[in-house]
Amino acid sequence: MEVHTKIRTKSNNKPRFKSGLQARKDALSGYLYVAPFFILFLTFGIFPIFYNLYISLFSWKLFGAEPEFIGLQNYVWLLTDDPTFIKAVVNTFSIWIISTIPQLFIALVLAYVLNQAFVKMKDLFRMAIFMPFITSILAVTIIFNSLFSRDFGLINFILGTEGLDWKNNRILTHFAIATMVNWRWIGYNTIIYMAGLQTIGKDLYEAATIDGANKIQQFFYITIPQLRPIILFTIIMSSIGGMSLFIEPLVFLDLRGGSANQGLTMFLYLYETAFGTKYNIGYSAAISWVMFVIVVMFALLNWFITTKVIKD
Amino acid sequence: MKNRAGRFISYLFLLISSLISIFPFYWMFVISTNTTAAANKFPPKIIPGDQFIANIQNAWENADFIAALFNTLIVAGTITISQLFFCSLAAFALARLQFKGRNFVFIIIVSTLLLPPASPIPLYIIVSKFDWINSLYAVIIPFLVGAFGVFLMKQFIETAIHPELIESAKMDGARNFQTYYRIVLPIIKPGLATLAIITFMAIWNDFVWPSIVLKDQSVQTLQLAVRGLQNAYNRDTALVVTGAFITTLPLLAIFIPFSRQFISGLTEGSVKG
Repeated sequence: MEVHTKIRTKSNNKPRFKSGLQARKDALSGYLYVAPFFILFLTFGIFPIFYNLYISLFSWKLFGAEPEFIGLQNYVWLLTDDPTFIKAVVNTFSIWIISTIPQLFIALVLAYVLNQAFVKMKDLFRMAIFMPFITSILAVTIIFNSLFSRDFGLINFILGTEGLDWKNNRILTHFAIATMVNWRWIGYNTIIYMAGLQTIGKDLYEAATIDGANKIQQFFYITIPQLRPIILFTIIMSSIGGMSLFIEPLVFLDLRGGSANQGLTMFLYLYETAFGTKYNIGYSAAISWVMFVIVVMFALLNWFITTKVIKD
Repeated sequence: MKNRAGRFISYLFLLISSLISIFPFYWMFVISTNTTAAANKFPPKIIPGDQFIANIQNAWENADFIAALFNTLIVAGTITISQLFFCSLAAFALARLQFKGRNFVFIIIVSTLLLPPASPIPLYIIVSKFDWINSLYAVIIPFLVGAFGVFLMKQFIETAIHPELIESAKMDGARNFQTYYRIVLPIIKPGLATLAIITFMAIWNDFVWPSIVLKDQSVQTLQLAVRGLQNAYNRDTALVVTGAFITTLPLLAIFIPFSRQFISGLTEGSVKG
């Protein structure tokens, strides 16, 4: 490692044998080699974002009449006269809270335990805990749909709640969806935290042990503050992911997130408006912009809270 | 004494977490080896049955899994090969070639990783303008190169390839592409393997975008075939779960031997970012 860095700093000085011709060649190759990324990114990444803004200013049906320009009317309807959207926002946040907080906390504890020197068969545990991440969300939802089944579900059997309908009650629905999210993502976050733990110096823990701090105190006073940047990363990623959740409710319930929209999320609402029965892409585009603003604000808020709460 | 209790609790915690993680896989196996009638019992059945072959045959008859597998392999294979080439090429430029605006280019690429998922609507319209609806192009071309891959490959190149090596290749008169092809590519083989596994699995599992643009039976992928089964035979649990199980098995077969590369690749791509 040390050797690498030495060589790197050395050659960061001006390359010694570089003629003007070679520099021009390098620049030409450089632009050429990153060009494929930018061509695809501009066509399928950037352009759609602005095109979406344009669409949102129209009354625009996917397979209908000519789009009609209506200015900000879609946004006005969405923000002042759409209880379904409000419901979707509340559902999204509700599911986010009951998935992200336990998910990240359990992952943190798992990583901490797995990082202890006395633990044997680390690779095996790590592989087992990470395994859910490779399944598709569709498969995850199909499995849990069966586990949460009202009449024949294993979960009702274990909890002794025979006949409980997890799809019929708003908070139970959120809980079932959060369970699927947690099952798939705990392992992923665990390995992210484990990678972070390896960067914390052993001397910190040794000093704390000498001062008489037990493992639990060390967890709260050393591990969590030291992992702050990585915790921040996982919170931001799960904010973005959680706010755009929708395959789970789509497959577990239906396009409307259940008969009473009990599992309808923001992204599912956007999707249903465009591709469900209404084909109203103008309105759907407005939803996606409002959603975009909510996601960015929420991610920034979480950034702010996390940096305040966890102090070095 | 206290130490011992702590160790016991730690192992118990790890064991329970591992069991919860693995159990749904086992449950898939249990359901897909029983008939729906046998699975629909309370208390639920938790022992495998002997109906696996019958369920697979049933799934085979109700969805064209061969065609779906073929389509999925074309899509995932093309994207994986293309990502390996274009991402490593771009990463080589960003890591080891000097050009104006290089850092700016890299910042743009990294920041796209933090964009919230965009609405599929404008992309749908663009793709339909290209006349790619019900064509595999729609699920291949937009994903031929990606920010995550470029970022991951750049990490690998920076740690594995000394700038001096590149300089000496140039002194020997190698063109940039020759340097990339003869020197960089062989050295970053482990990195390429990691990216290949991650990309292949992500595309194999992709469901939303294909479900929007691939409506025709003839172009459906495995995930769409399973979704089709679920839509048509919602109550036939054994059939639907069998579909989910047989599309997960190949991933398990790739993941278990290569879990180390897969896991380290994901941490590489995130923690250092």
